[in-house]
Amino acid sequence: MSVLADATSRSEAKIRVTRSRRNVIWPGLGALVIVVVLALFPYIVYTGTTNLMVQGFVVLTMASMWNLLAGYAGLVSVGQQAFVGLGAYFVLLLNIHNLSMFTALPIAAIGSGVAALPLWWLVSRLRSGYFAIGTWVLATTVFLFIQQFPSLGGGTGMSLPNVPSGNTPLLEADTYWIGLAVTVAALVTMYLLLRSRTGLELTAIRDDERAARSSGVRVGRARLVVFVVAAVFCGAAGALNTVSQLIVQPSAAFSIEWTAKMAFAVVIGGIGTIEGPILGTIVYMVLQQTLSAYNAWYLIILGVVAIAIVLFARRGLWGLLDDKFGIRLFPVGYYLWPPGEGRRRRKIAAHTK
Amino acid sequence: MDWVNDIIQGIMTGGLYALFACGLSLMFGVMNVVNLAHGDLAVVGGYVALGVIAVTHVPVLASFLIVVPIMAALGYLVQRTLIQAALNRSVLTTLLVTFGLSVVIENALLQFVNADSHSIGTGNAIISGSFKVSSAIQIGYLPLIILGVAVVVLLGLQYFLSSTKYGRLIRAVADDREAAQMSGVSYRHVFGVAAAIAFGTLGLAGIAQGMYSQFAPTTGTTTILLFAFAAVVIGGLGSLWGTLLGGIVLGIADQIGSQINSAYDPLAGFVIFLVVLVLRPQGLTGRGAQS
Amino acid sequence: MNSPGNGDRAGNGTSVLEVRDLTVHHGQLRALNHVSLQVYPGEVYAIIGANGAGKTTLLRTIAGLHRPTAGSILFDGADITRVRPERRATSGIVMVPEGRRLFPSLTLEENLKVGATYARTGPWSIGQVYELFPWMKDRRDQRTAQMSGGEQQSVAIGRALVANPRLLLLDELSLGLAPVIVQRIYGMLPQILASGVTILLVEQDVSQALRAASHLQCILEGNTTLLAMPSEVTAEQVEAAYFGLAATTTGNEGSHPLWTGLTTSSRGS
Repeated sequence: MSVLADATSRSEAKIRVTRSRRNVIWPGLGALVIVVVLALFPYIVYTGTTNLMVQGFVVLTMASMWNLLAGYAGLVSVGQQAFVGLGAYFVLLLNIHNLSMFTALPIAAIGSGVAALPLWWLVSRLRSGYFAIGTWVLATTVFLFIQQFPSLGGGTGMSLPNVPSGNTPLLEADTYWIGLAVTVAALVTMYLLLRSRTGLELTAIRDDERAARSSGVRVGRARLVVFVVAAVFCGAAGALNTVSQLIVQPSAAFSIEWTAKMAFAVVIGGIGTIEGPILGTIVYMVLQQTLSAYNAWYLIILGVVAIAIVLFARRGLWGLLDDKFGIRLFPVGYYLWPPGEGRRRRKIAAHTK
Repeated sequence: MDWVNDIIQGIMTGGLYALFACGLSLMFGVMNVVNLAHGDLAVVGGYVALGVIAVTHVPVLASFLIVVPIMAALGYLVQRTLIQAALNRSVLTTLLVTFGLSVVIENALLQFVNADSHSIGTGNAIISGSFKVSSAIQIGYLPLIILGVAVVVLLGLQYFLSSTKYGRLIRAVADDREAAQMSGVSYRHVFGVAAAIAFGTLGLAGIAQGMYSQFAPTTGTTTILLFAFAAVVIGGLGSLWGTLLGGIVLGIADQIGSQINSAYDPLAGFVIFLVVLVLRPQGLTGRGAQS
Repeated sequence: MNSPGNGDRAGNGTSVLEVRDLTVHHGQLRALNHVSLQVYPGEVYAIIGANGAGKTTLLRTIAGLHRPTAGSILFDGADITRVRPERRATSGIVMVPEGRRLFPSLTLEENLKVGATYARTGPWSIGQVYELFPWMKDRRDQRTAQMSGGEQQSVAIGRALVANPRLLLLDELSLGLAPVIVQRIYGMLPQILASGVTILLVEQDVSQALRAASHLQCILEGNTTLLAMPSEVTAEQVEAAYFGLAATTTGNEGSHPLWTGLTTSSRGS
């Protein structure tokens, strides 16, 4: 960037490099307002709605992580349910030892992150398609392994033993707030990660791995970082789900459906964009609610829509919006402004995404 | 604990796993596609067999004569449309499409059939039986037949690839797609043929699973895909006989695991898989699944 | 279309291959810029130029492996611009690619068999190829990966010949081969021509191209800088066209579209 500036400093004006096309203050303030409004929900809406939103938080957290993995790090993981389940079981374990489930949640998230290290070592050498199945096998292995412990409920599962009794609405409100916190943390982490140097490395890897490697990008390390971060927040999502459901069952905790949900939400919303998972989660929740009476139907439709979008609208719904209106709510790239140009709506040289 | 018996039983279930695995290996070797819907398609084959038997009352053992061509045609179709479209885009797309396919198939089966397990059975009392080799060792006819089928299929595939026109074309396209195009070969068509063969073996795999034990809509992902993959990794990619070897190792691990503790059953197999992945990623015979 | 030195070419009937105003991009990079050429039956048409000039891109586009941005390709008068590469091969345009690109897991004979799978009818068969290259008979079951560069090149040519092409595209035959081997291979061309095949070749070795070709075209940075018969040009003219020095002509430019724009100012980047 500075080379460019040097080259043109011979002419009078300089080229400016900014992180976004428009002033980010407005979308940033908007996001803040939305978070504040959401935080007030338990005072405004019924618990039915907040419970639904907690489900949405779970999916959104997982979706943003899957987006990081597949859309930025090039890792298609079909085994994230391993961490979802681990998060759930960490909460159970800690709760059995008399720790409040709310306190247990962040610990569970970190625990999942730690567990990710040996698991990464196992699968990191596999190439793409086999990496996918490898993560699936790992998840299944963890699932089978956990079932060996009767103290954790064995094959049938068990409910959280130390749940505060009494004030249910407060409990649900607390669940909601911690869910909101987890989701905001996930999105902020994703945003900051992508804006960081690691994020730039990831985009380089995504574009051309060999070129990135020969430019000094530590591909393995960047991917490891993403894998661990994804594990942390998928664990947090699993923990959140447990806090919400108050029960842990191995087949549900480690179900492949988690991956289906997060993958489809990302794909439909727009893979490789930050806004995509948000949009995709909304679509997913709408579909799920509309078709909730029809059991397996909503997954069938979800699957068909996802396939169609992957084939015909690669960048998902958000991609379609972005192409039409040029909106970028959470900018992570760089924009070049020729000398004399201000921040206008025109797309000049965007080397983002 | 009867090690010898375990090993022999393991060898025979290995045949079943090899049957699971060869389609996966073929599709990856030829067109670099990891078909995440692999297991579910085998289950589809099983259900098709059930349907065919119910409608035509053909003997169970002969059902493959109808099911395999149906599956092969399905394979050609799915490859030329869905998978080729995904291949034209990227590896990520292929994985997402096959994963989507897997989810759609499973839930469609759940919706239109039901969640129960089904079994094809053997339709023949003799086959369900077994014979004694020694005082400690008993060999079931069915597992033996399945092993035999697996060996025949592998032999057939080997012959096909080495000595027939399409086998040659498949190898050529797998080597260098563009060079094949320059010789007038439509690689899309050849891919279709390879997929047809892979799906055909999946039909056999589904029937075998249905005869040997049972299947449900989720069996594809919980059992078949994972065993297929484990067998391929253990045996080594790019080797058909490695698939058999991998299947056998898996089968033996299974048997021993379930002898120790029946809950360990599939766990033992996966542990072996992980061990192989760590110690010898190229598998027992050669090129592995690593980058 | 009349052009200097080309007046008698049209007497051979319609062109086998005609490329009109071809523009080809690699992403944002323009590899070929409004390139045109015509090849008539029985000719050996050579395209020369430095590395990266766009020669291989041109050949690959003609073979169908690359989509042009603009322009058209006609084979025997029919527009094949949108035709798939495998269909072009079965219609009679067969390429021997740069770097040979044999099938490594196939034996010599299997490589030839693949070439023969969708062959047109014609004089060439695997047996005929064995006549042309007698050494192949004994090595037919050997994996080609273990053969020398020259041997591989022969197999690659054989693989293309058994398809009985009408137009044979040869991409950088001499690449990586010893001069003696190169000469031997180029020595085969008359026999190939005699069987009714027209040849369009790309060659980095200019002197070899000048010896073998009946017609010459030089490409520089995607533009045509020379179009002539080897007998009509001097070495200096070729050198100038190759390196992009002062514009060269062979005499009467006329108003032929190939010559317009070939002045010092328009040539080059």
